[in-house]
Amino acid sequence: MGSAAVGRRAAGLGLAALAAAGGLAGCSSSNDGGGGGGGGGTASQAAGGGTYTIWDPYPQYDKDSEWVKLLTQCGTQAGVTVERTGYDTTDLTNKSLLAAQQGNAPDVLIVDNPVVSTLAEAGVLTTTEENKLDTSAIAPNLLAAGQSGGKTYGVPIGANTLALYYNSDVLKKAGVEADGIKDWASLTAALEKVKAAGKKGITFSAIGTEEGSFQFLPWFWGSGANLTKLDSPEGVSAVALWTDWLKKGYAPNSVINNTQTTSWQEFATGDFAFAENGTWQLANAEKAGFAYGIIPIPSKGGGTAPAPTGGEFVSIPVQKDTARYATSQKLVTCLTSTDNSLTTTTTLSYIAPTEQVQAKQVEQNAALKVWVEAVKAAKGRTSDNLGTKYPKISEPMWGGVQAALSGSKSPQQAMADAQSAAASATQ
Amino acid sequence: MNHATQTPPAAVAGERRGRDRAAPSRGGRRGVVRRRWAGQWTAWAFLAPVVVYLLIFYAYPLYRNIELSLRNYTVRSFVQGDAPFTGLANYAKVVGDATFGPALWHTVVFTVVSLAFQFTIGLALAVFFTRNFRLSATLRALFLVPWLLPLIVSSSTWSWMLNSDSGVVNAVLAAFGIGPVHWLTSPDWSLWSVTIANIWIGIPFNLVVLYSGLQAIDPAIDEAAALDGAVGWRRFRSVTFPLLRPVSAITLLLGLVYTLKVFDIIWIMTKGGPSTSSTTFATWSYRLGFGNLLPAFGPGAAVGNLLIVMALVFGLIYIRMQRRQVAA
Repeated sequence: MGSAAVGRRAAGLGLAALAAAGGLAGCSSSNDGGGGGGGGGTASQAAGGGTYTIWDPYPQYDKDSEWVKLLTQCGTQAGVTVERTGYDTTDLTNKSLLAAQQGNAPDVLIVDNPVVSTLAEAGVLTTTEENKLDTSAIAPNLLAAGQSGGKTYGVPIGANTLALYYNSDVLKKAGVEADGIKDWASLTAALEKVKAAGKKGITFSAIGTEEGSFQFLPWFWGSGANLTKLDSPEGVSAVALWTDWLKKGYAPNSVINNTQTTSWQEFATGDFAFAENGTWQLANAEKAGFAYGIIPIPSKGGGTAPAPTGGEFVSIPVQKDTARYATSQKLVTCLTSTDNSLTTTTTLSYIAPTEQVQAKQVEQNAALKVWVEAVKAAKGRTSDNLGTKYPKISEPMWGGVQAALSGSKSPQQAMADAQSAAASATQ
Repeated sequence: MNHATQTPPAAVAGERRGRDRAAPSRGGRRGVVRRRWAGQWTAWAFLAPVVVYLLIFYAYPLYRNIELSLRNYTVRSFVQGDAPFTGLANYAKVVGDATFGPALWHTVVFTVVSLAFQFTIGLALAVFFTRNFRLSATLRALFLVPWLLPLIVSSSTWSWMLNSDSGVVNAVLAAFGIGPVHWLTSPDWSLWSVTIANIWIGIPFNLVVLYSGLQAIDPAIDEAAALDGAVGWRRFRSVTFPLLRPVSAITLLLGLVYTLKVFDIIWIMTKGGPSTSSTTFATWSYRLGFGNLLPAFGPGAAVGNLLIVMALVFGLIYIRMQRRQVAA
C-alpha cells in the first residue's frame, strides 16, 4: 500500500518534471526550426528523465521475469523510469483505443500485429518515419503486417507462426514417415494410415473467433487462394480438405470448438498423430512425455504453405507532448535493435524478425530451424494491402469454415456466403 | 402495545415541528427564507449521493450507449470523437444483417425454453420441499450449488461434459448404444446444449424465490381447502398456484431479464457457434463490439439497446398486469 502510494507520488513528480521538460523541448525545437524529436530528446535528458509507460500483451510475465527486467534495463539506458503494464491481448486493442480517446496513451505500445493497421487507421500510432525507427534489417514479409498506405507503424519485436507437431510414436506405429509429407495428398494419406492403426489423426482449432481464421489461413493460402476472393476454387478446396478430414474421422468433431490451447491438450493426450500449433507450445511439447517432431505445414501442391505471422509490433502512440517521442524512440530501439534482439526474442520465445539474428538463434538451438523456415514463408494477415479490411474478411471466413465443418452448408455454399458477406462488409 | 410505543416519538416530533414553526416568527421573514433554504439544501444534500450515483452509473452509460448507436463510429472517429450522427442507420444495418433473424429466433427460443423449464422444475422442487422431511434443508442447500458457482466454472464444466469425443455425456450415451451427439459442434444441437446448461444454472433461483413464496401462504387456507375436499393436484391448481401468482410473476420477470442477457454461458460453451447457430442478441452484441480485430461499436450498441428495449417491454407488461390485479 505504502510503497504504491509513494510510487504514485513519484510518478506524479516525474510527470511534473516531464511537463517542464516538454515545455523546454517545445522551445528548443522551435528554435531549431522544427527539428522535432532530436531537440526534445536532449531537453528531456537534461531535465533528468521521468516515467515512461509501456503496455504489452504479456500478462504472464511478472516483475521478476526476464522480460520486465529487459524493459527496466532499456529504461535505465535511456535515463528514464519505465512503468510497465501487461494486458490480455484481446483486451489491449480496446484499452489502447480508449486511452487514445482519453488522451493518455502509453509512450510505447506493444500490440499483436493484425491490430497495428486498426490502430493506425484510428490515428493512434506514429509512423517509423516520423520517429526515425530503423526497420531496414527486418524481413519484409514480417514488416508488411505493420504497413498500410505505404507507411510503417511499428517494428516487429519477434515472430511466431504455425507448423505441424507430430507424435513420433504414433507415426511409427502407423508406419508413416514424417519427412515424406510434402503436400496435402501425402498428409491425408498419412492420416488414413494413422486412423487404420487405431489412433487419431490431426487436431487443430476452428473456433468461431480470430483464432479459427489464424489456424485456417495456412491451408487457405497454401491452396493458392487469396483473401479477396474467399469462394475461389482454391479457397473452397481448403475448406473441403478440413471438412473431408472431419467426415472421414481423421480429425475430431471437437475442432469446431477448439481453441489453440484445447487443441494442444488433445494432442498432449498422446493419441493424436498431428497437431497444428505454434512456437509457443515448444516448452509444453518438451513436457508432453512422448517423442515429437515438427514439420512445416505443406501447401496443396507441395512445399511450405505460407502460415500467418503471429507476434507483436513495438510502436509509439501519438502523444500531445511530442517531446516524449525522443525517449520512446530510444526505448523501442533498445527492444528491437539487432544487438538486443537475441535477448528479446529468447525471452519471449519468438523467432527474430531479422535474418542475422535468426541465424544466431539456430546456431544456439538447432531445433528452431524448422520455425525459422516457417517464419520466412509466413505472411501477415493484414498484408496484401488489406489493412483494416482483413478483420471484415476474417469474420465471415471463420463463420464459413464453421458452417462447412459442422455440416450446415457445403464447402462451396459456405464460402460463397462468406464471400458475399465479406464483400458487403468491405465495400 | 404497538400503538402505545409509537405515540411518544410522534408527539415529540410534532412538538419540535411546532417549535420550528414558532421560532421564525420571532426572527423575522429573512430568517424564514434562510431557514427554509437551508432545509431545502439539506434535503438536496441528502439526495445528492443517490442522484449523483444514478446519473453516473445509470443515466450516463445509458445515454452513451444510445448515442453510440446513433452515430457512425469507426475506430478513427471513436478516438477523435467526431463520429457523424447517422440516425437509425446502425439499427437498419443490424436489422438487415443476415445474423439478425437467426439471433432473434435463438434469443426467443433460449429465453422461453429456459424460463419454462427453470420455472416448472423450480416450482416442483419448491412444492416438494414444503414438506419438511429429514435432511430436507441439506438437500435444498445442495440444489443451490449451481447458483453459487462462478459462471465460468459451471460453463467450462458443461462444455467438458458435452465434448463430442471425450465428454462424459456421450460416454454414457455410448453405453446405451446411442451414437455420439455433437452437442456443441453441431448446428442442430448447440442452442439446446447452452439452453440445458442455462436451465440447470437457473433452477436454484426459481426454487429459492418460489419456496419463500410458498412459505408465505397461510397454512390455514390449505387446511380449509383440505376440509373442503381439495387435495393433491386439485389443491395445487386451484389454491396454491393462484395464491403464488404474484411471486410467480416476479420470478418470471426477473428470470426473463436475466435470461435475455445471458452471455457468459454461451460465449464459454460455443462462442455463439458453430457459425451462428447459438448466437443470441447478447453474444452478437459482444461480437460486434469486442469479438473482432476491428470493433464495430455502433452496431454493437444498437443490438445492446434492442435487448434493453425487449426487457423494458416485458417490465411494462408486468407493471400493467400488476395494476390490473390491484384494481381487481
